[in-house]
Amino acid sequence: MFGTAIIVFREVLEAAIIIGILAAATRSIPNSRRWLVAGVSIGLIGSGIVATFTEAIGSFASGVGQEIFNAGILGIAVVMLAWHNIWMSSHGAALATSAKSLGNDIRDGRSECSALLIIVGLAVLREGSETVLFLYGIAAAEDAGRSTMLLGGLVGMFSGIVVGYTIYAGLLRVPMRWFFTATSILVLLLAAGMASQAAHFLIQADLLPSLVAPVWDTSVTLPESSVLGVLLHSLIGYDARPAGMQIIFYLSALVVISVGMYVAKQFNKPTISTKGAL
Amino acid sequence: MKQTLIISLLFPFAALAADADYTLVIKDHRFTPTELTVPAGKKIKLLIENQDVTPEEFESHSLNREKIIAGKGKVTIYLGPLEAGSYPFIGEFNEATAKGVIHAK
Repeated sequence: MFGTAIIVFREVLEAAIIIGILAAATRSIPNSRRWLVAGVSIGLIGSGIVATFTEAIGSFASGVGQEIFNAGILGIAVVMLAWHNIWMSSHGAALATSAKSLGNDIRDGRSECSALLIIVGLAVLREGSETVLFLYGIAAAEDAGRSTMLLGGLVGMFSGIVVGYTIYAGLLRVPMRWFFTATSILVLLLAAGMASQAAHFLIQADLLPSLVAPVWDTSVTLPESSVLGVLLHSLIGYDARPAGMQIIFYLSALVVISVGMYVAKQFNKPTISTKGAL
Repeated sequence: MKQTLIISLLFPFAALAADADYTLVIKDHRFTPTELTVPAGKKIKLLIENQDVTPEEFESHSLNREKIIAGKGKVTIYLGPLEAGSYPFIGEFNEATAKGVIHAK
């Protein structure tokens, strides 16, 4: 049962962390909660569908379909997180500090909400489909330990959600003047971590060279399977044995998104709150 | 990122690779063979065939690999180039029985 709980916890945690951070980051946007719930629901339905088609996805492209699928999902998520952060650095501060969210802001808020929906949906889809497969395997097994293992799954799921919620609640307590900086740094690191993971999948599929692999090896001091390892993996994309290509993807995402945020901020500076997008 | 998307669009051409160098079979939540010796310093193409009806996840932290194989499914996985050494792997969904080691020499 304990083993099951750990496995499910690891899968759920990653999605829960993403949702927790995004939920906090979008708290001032009108209707964002509804979009968030929609994202989770779509993601859950999607994970059932993806789990059903695992064989088809896996045998696709000479057996590396799963990597391409995952890399594609991660790629989209990175783009959406980038968009979120850039949007936030131009509109977000205005939206939160002045209560007067004008027509423009609300309209822009809607496109921001669709980004939220996609990010959350994809996060749930990716982690959820693995959980569904794992639990399906248990349910299909004939041994007597089945129900305790399923119980373990529930415990793991619940624990993952608790951590996600804790991150959310913790972020809400961050004072307003640091809030945007805090959430945008977290989102930035999430995006960079996902970019590195996408590179990892493409290396595994032999579609990208690994360059130097591994660049470092901290699998003894901080294994990725430990609780701290899993947390850091989800939060900042920690990898105990990363390939050089992953580092390149990680840093490129960091730089590109940061520059985008900086530029967006500069463009919006002179007019401040009342004007929308340029 | 954009690069990722572009690269993922190119996959059908890139993935037309030769036959697998090595094969692992999963049956009754066990790997056969449990030990595999591969050359060090070379990229390895590994075919994993799951003969069970339940899905399995090939996982190895030392190899930095993780991949689901559907019930009755087959997947390809690329490893290395590896430094000489031993790299344990497990079937994460049935960790008690599904275990093995890859030796790079």
